[in-house]
Amino acid sequence: MHSYIPIILMVSVGILLGSVFLLLHRFLGPHRPNPEKLSTYESGMPPVRSARERFSVKYYMVAVLFILFDIEVIFLYPWAVNFRTLGLFGYVEMVLFIVILLVGYLYILKKGALRWD
Amino acid sequence: MNLYDIIFYFFAVVTIASAAVVVFSRNIVYSAFSLLFTFFGVAGIYVLLNADFLAITQLLVYVGGILVLILFGVMLTTNVVSVEIKTGTMQTLPATIIVALLAGLLGGIVWTTDWFVGKRLSEVTSQTTSKEIGTALITTHVLPFEIASVILLVAIVGAAMMARRERSNTNI
Repeated sequence: MHSYIPIILMVSVGILLGSVFLLLHRFLGPHRPNPEKLSTYESGMPPVRSARERFSVKYYMVAVLFILFDIEVIFLYPWAVNFRTLGLFGYVEMVLFIVILLVGYLYILKKGALRWD
Repeated sequence: MNLYDIIFYFFAVVTIASAAVVVFSRNIVYSAFSLLFTFFGVAGIYVLLNADFLAITQLLVYVGGILVLILFGVMLTTNVVSVEIKTGTMQTLPATIIVALLAGLLGGIVWTTDWFVGKRLSEVTSQTTSKEIGTALITTHVLPFEIASVILLVAIVGAAMMARRERSNTNI
């Protein structure tokens, strides 16, 4: 459990620093809003409609592919932790693992699933 | 109440509070973002249970992957604010009976199971599980490990097919 103390420290210092700066800005800086300042483009054209648009389904497809390679990374991680003790056999097995998935990657490329338009 | 308990309650509160926001928020973008903290809290509890590999998996797959999918799913929808989740039909009597049966079943399981209570987890000497999982995966279970890559390959091919079909419709 002691090995997690640096992570806890980093996260808490990060939260602390971020919130302290936000609060300092709130208390020290001048705060005089007017409708002109609060508009989306202060000196531009008045905004029309909602800014929210429906996203293209292409993003979703890329995200699906991303998750699959994300799972590949999950398999890499326990191997990388004891890379030295597993030796050449582990290395060859992992290369085999990656080559099989590389076939899938080449398939995606050839299918054109990563092309945007 | 030592440091371990304090950290556990912190993660438990983060998980439950953000899960409540997921359920009760009227804006589904808030719900999706709140899910981030739920997943994060669960990952923290995994760390506290000495299951560091599960925690990493939780962070990488759920926070990094599934949540992105859910957010894109939200962005694909038309309505975001104040979506009416209630359905029109209310089957009160069957719902009550089924929920009561389910609660009785779960309660019965909790009551009759002989729970294994080992050492206090705070007293377990820190031994990372990912090291042992890695050794087991490459040595004794190397065939399932390689089969997993083939299964992933099948999933990749399927996803590529889906992405491709959507494209070919626009081309024709």
